[in-house]
Amino acid sequence: MNKPIYMDYQATTPCDPRVVEAMLPYFTEHFGNAASRNHAYGWQAEEAVQKAREQIASLIGASPKEIIFTSGSTEAINLGLKGAVEMYGSKGKHIVTTLVEHKAVLDTCKHLEKQGCEVTYLKPDEHGMVSAQQVADAIRDDTILVTILWGNNEVGTLNPIREIGAVCHERKVLFFTDATQTVGKIPVDVEADHVDMLCLSGHKIYGPKGVGAMYVRRRNPRVRIVAQMDGGGHERGMRSGTLNVTGIVGLGKACELCQQELEAEMKRTSELRDHLTDRILGALDHVKVNGHPTERLPGNANISFAYVEGESLLMGINDVAVSSGSACTSASLEPSHVLRAMDVGEELAHSSIRFGIGRFTTREEVDHVADRVIENVNRLRELSPLYEMVQEGIDLSTVQWQADH
Amino acid sequence: MAYSDKVLDHYNNPRNVGALDKSSSKVGTGIVGAPECGDVMKLQIEVEGDRIVDAKFKTFGCGSAIASSSLATEWIKGKTVDEALEIKNTAIVEELSLPPVKIHCSVLAEDAIKSAVRDYKEKQQESQS
Repeated sequence: MNKPIYMDYQATTPCDPRVVEAMLPYFTEHFGNAASRNHAYGWQAEEAVQKAREQIASLIGASPKEIIFTSGSTEAINLGLKGAVEMYGSKGKHIVTTLVEHKAVLDTCKHLEKQGCEVTYLKPDEHGMVSAQQVADAIRDDTILVTILWGNNEVGTLNPIREIGAVCHERKVLFFTDATQTVGKIPVDVEADHVDMLCLSGHKIYGPKGVGAMYVRRRNPRVRIVAQMDGGGHERGMRSGTLNVTGIVGLGKACELCQQELEAEMKRTSELRDHLTDRILGALDHVKVNGHPTERLPGNANISFAYVEGESLLMGINDVAVSSGSACTSASLEPSHVLRAMDVGEELAHSSIRFGIGRFTTREEVDHVADRVIENVNRLRELSPLYEMVQEGIDLSTVQWQADH
Repeated sequence: MAYSDKVLDHYNNPRNVGALDKSSSKVGTGIVGAPECGDVMKLQIEVEGDRIVDAKFKTFGCGSAIASSSLATEWIKGKTVDEALEIKNTAIVEELSLPPVKIHCSVLAEDAIKSAVRDYKEKQQESQS
């Protein structure tokens, strides 16, 4: 069987071959421990790590000293949020976040609530966006931390991070942003964007899995966090553990490539995304593109196909790897918390598919996917009692459904 | 999660898709489920004497829901109304090798049969009275 067309770039990305090439010598030849101070093996490893720190810092407008290596975004989120609360908890216990965060943030906030924190979850508008005004209104005297998702992994909406950061700095509240989907995809500048802490992940930007980084501001203000793992005191005491030199080299290279190709890739992936949505919207009725119409990640399209259930559509387009917004495919049977927070409506949430376009997506692939989607939506609508009722002019919201399952 | 061959077969070649004249006194229509739960099944039967001579369905739902309703129409065609009522969801589960998370699809198909038969019987009582 031919491999399915990969169109799930928000889930993960393949390593760029140039990244793999940069990493290879660090498995075998240059295997040293970056913390070994007494010999060339260690120095070489440290030099490679330093170079990666510079590559990452350059992509986000930071200083290399402000980069802390982690295993990925989940770890950085845990470290940033828990570490800040532990450090500044005596000043207050209030945190501001949103309902559309990734589970890593939501579950960390739940954990902090159990430990006595109070968390305000901002509700986004129908596009999945929160405003700086909402953040300003939510900040209290005892607020110590604001954590807001930059680019939404499901619907692609970008929050107004620069404005939110400005509010936080004005009110002297620490600002963390989960930029896992954003770094390397759109311009990020921690100075201009007033970000205090930020997380990024290698495998979302054509680097390896299991490595990521966290930006921790050193000046205006100097952010201090309490380490969540005790050990050798690596990474300025914030994250102990022998550095994953090979992975870090790959992450650095991945960031360098993203920086070099950022503008061209933004343009190319946006065009492919628009081509996909144009073709689908041109061929099918009752289709809704979720997320913000303009303030969005270039390579993401989240589309609801009314009257067609998402999982059955995925089954029809089985030569395409995409992800369903209805979590019917997982054990929970619950539609996505993001679409729910946006009030998309449960039935549309059950009918949504996330298409993720990236560096290796071609126009031919997009055309093939559009063809397959259109063909299958039409076929499944022939099978859909809801589509039939709508064609007959029945308003589905007036129907008494017999549902006890 | 892999689908069984039988589920794939019914999904790719659903049997008896379509609609019967719901105003006819010989046709019983059952609609079960709800859009916000992610599945709605419409199953119709046409009855001559007490035998089901035709059955049609349309389903909004996952592949297992489509397969369960497709199989249900196949099984009830040619049966008497009372025989159709004896079809249990567990038989559908077994035939389609449905995993535990998809058992509700088979329950819905059983409910759809019962609902269509109930509708038919109510129509018969009305026409007799």
